[in-house]
Amino acid sequence: MATTVGVIFSSINEQDIPELTKVRSTGSVPYGGRYRLIDFALSNMVNSGITTVGIITKNNYQSLMDHLGSGKYWDLARKEGGLILLPPYSDESETLYKNRLEAMKGATAFLKKAKEDFVVLADSDAVYKLDYSKVIEAHIKNNADITMVYHEHEVTKSHYYLTFDTDKNDKITDIQINPTTGTVKKNYINVLVARTSFLLRLIQDAIQHGYTSFGKDILSPGVKTYNLYAYKFDGYYANINSLKSYFNANMDLLKKDVRHEIYGDRDVYTKVNDSAPAKFADTAIVKNSLISDGCLIEGTVENSVLFRGVKIGKGTVVKNCILMTDNIVGENCNLAYVVSDKNSVIRDNRILAGCELQPYFINKGSLI
Amino acid sequence: MLRKKECVAMLLAGGQGSRLYALTSNIAKPAVSFGSKYRIIDFPLSNCINSGIDTVGVLTQYQPLVLNEYVGNGQPWDLDRTFGGVHILSPYEAKTDTSWYKGTANAIYQNIRFMKMYDPEYVLILSGDHIYKMDYDKMLSAHKEAGADCTIACMQVPMKEASRFGILNTNPDGTIYEFEEKPKQPKSDLASMGIYVFTASKLFKYLEEDDKDPNSEKDFGKNILPKMLAAGEKMYSYRFEGYWKDVGTISSLWEANMDLLGVVPNFELSDKDRVIHSRSPLAPPAFVEGEVVNSIVATGGEIEGKVVNSVVGTNCTIEEGAEVVDSVLMGNITVKKGAKLNYAIIDEDVTIGENAVIGAVKEEAQKVESKTSGITVLGRGITVKKNGKVAAGEIVDKNV
Repeated sequence: MATTVGVIFSSINEQDIPELTKVRSTGSVPYGGRYRLIDFALSNMVNSGITTVGIITKNNYQSLMDHLGSGKYWDLARKEGGLILLPPYSDESETLYKNRLEAMKGATAFLKKAKEDFVVLADSDAVYKLDYSKVIEAHIKNNADITMVYHEHEVTKSHYYLTFDTDKNDKITDIQINPTTGTVKKNYINVLVARTSFLLRLIQDAIQHGYTSFGKDILSPGVKTYNLYAYKFDGYYANINSLKSYFNANMDLLKKDVRHEIYGDRDVYTKVNDSAPAKFADTAIVKNSLISDGCLIEGTVENSVLFRGVKIGKGTVVKNCILMTDNIVGENCNLAYVVSDKNSVIRDNRILAGCELQPYFINKGSLI
Repeated sequence: MLRKKECVAMLLAGGQGSRLYALTSNIAKPAVSFGSKYRIIDFPLSNCINSGIDTVGVLTQYQPLVLNEYVGNGQPWDLDRTFGGVHILSPYEAKTDTSWYKGTANAIYQNIRFMKMYDPEYVLILSGDHIYKMDYDKMLSAHKEAGADCTIACMQVPMKEASRFGILNTNPDGTIYEFEEKPKQPKSDLASMGIYVFTASKLFKYLEEDDKDPNSEKDFGKNILPKMLAAGEKMYSYRFEGYWKDVGTISSLWEANMDLLGVVPNFELSDKDRVIHSRSPLAPPAFVEGEVVNSIVATGGEIEGKVVNSVVGTNCTIEEGAEVVDSVLMGNITVKKGAKLNYAIIDEDVTIGENAVIGAVKEEAQKVESKTSGITVLGRGITVKKNGKVAAGEIVDKNV
């Protein structure tokens, strides 16, 4: 059986959701009641049989480290391999990496040491479930140099996202660096498979030639020189690249089919906390919502995602909101389309409202 | 530095719990689910770590599979240690005299070498079937301060219930002058909680003597404690004030679960200072669409029906139109459309078919003559078929 090592970029694309990444890396953005975004890529790796995973970090990674710990919740606390953090300045580089290519350069020592035949690269800004071993199977079958995973949907942002065209055999024929928004395209989801040795050669070559962009300088011209193949992923895929998409991706979990696809097998791993079960008071009215451990509901909650330890006071109505861990909402408040970061307190009688296109955001630890 | 532990805890977890009937057919009592995401053993284990005791022997005997799996290496309680930590101690085969644990004292006696490995000053004896939060360190301090040989934790119980317990008769300074196991005519209302601190050397001495006594029942309450008293050892009572419940019967287990409900419950699980640790399951937040009132719900639930005054465990599905009232659902339970549950305890992995009727409204059920005071009990893993019916107070451990 082919052995595989994983590399996750935990800080890529964090400029897209500054509200949430001001205090943390993309990978540790809280999602879906009890998870962090990195849990999805990391669990996908574990569920694909990958037991050595390097996590490339940049800045603001304290919260990520706190979340990952030794990796035991992902069964990655191992003597051989396991979870390995790749923080900046851990090799001879003297500056913080500025792009994906430099980030990968920081992972070369890790990859050289890895005995695994194949490598899977993945970002941590998306919610999806994909068995990477299937991608590797296709990669081997196609005798590809690189296999890139795509999801077909409308292009929403032109920066940092690649799209491509393929022939009928899934061979990539053209890669677009700045795709036109508003068209349905094959969107590269930043999941890539290659032989470990091949990827190392690519990185080495890029360093020698002073390349700066993995997409522009390597993948795009690579269409002509390498065997680039595409792998279609047609499951649920949510890329978190704005506060709006963050809001929508959370709300998607209230749809039964999405919830069952993502959570049905109970195999998204995350750090475990010993919160008490959620408590519903005499006065609680809850409709179409996700309620996490440690919540205490005395008011009304509709179409919302409540993270651990959220308290909703009497007479309060919360609709279409995402309230992260340990938010305390007082009595007789009215909240609609609010995304509230961790540990915020909303005092009695407050009325806060955003709208679907522009949720009202409350910073971590605010007192309102 | 010498490798030793000041205090080693020994947790008696081998009991069958026969008064829990179907709930303990296949698992030991300490492994029974409680409070929607916990198992009973979480409470003493959490108390240990919250009291700074990091070396715990768990003595198992009856149906230990689930319990052993659950305790594992002790990681959920921070009891995975290189020196100390939690250890499962099952009866073992010796060169001579191989035997099951013959009584509480004999179980501890058979593990004397385990305790001696840590060269402890004190040994704390615990039961695996009580729900409470207690700082054992305070009790240990009281023991040291008094220069006691044995300290017994006790609490006041209603006089009419006193004959169910081991009763301590004490002097005003807290010393014990008499210990009566389940007396017909109790002289005091101070009940032993089955929690003892022993000065280790004394414990070892009396255990060794007791082992040689052919007339002994090898029981702490019946043999060890009376012998120590008779010999004039210093025995102190330690008053515990707070919530404590022996969950050895169906009705007390039900009551203890109900004590968790309410904004200000009788027993608070959500306690940041004294966290109840558990092998928290990996499940997403509960999805709630129906009506959930005065209840607690663990992760993984899909609640589209009605839940009132109930405790709902991990990964329970309650479909549209189903009703769960005054009940305890342990975990991995599916209640299908239109099914009605009243005043019941449902063990793990149970499926209740469409429109099935389980139990009767509490007030009615309580009038029913039964071993369970009217509570309906469904055992682990069973299926109740569509339109099935289980009458109030019945105990069911096969498909109906």
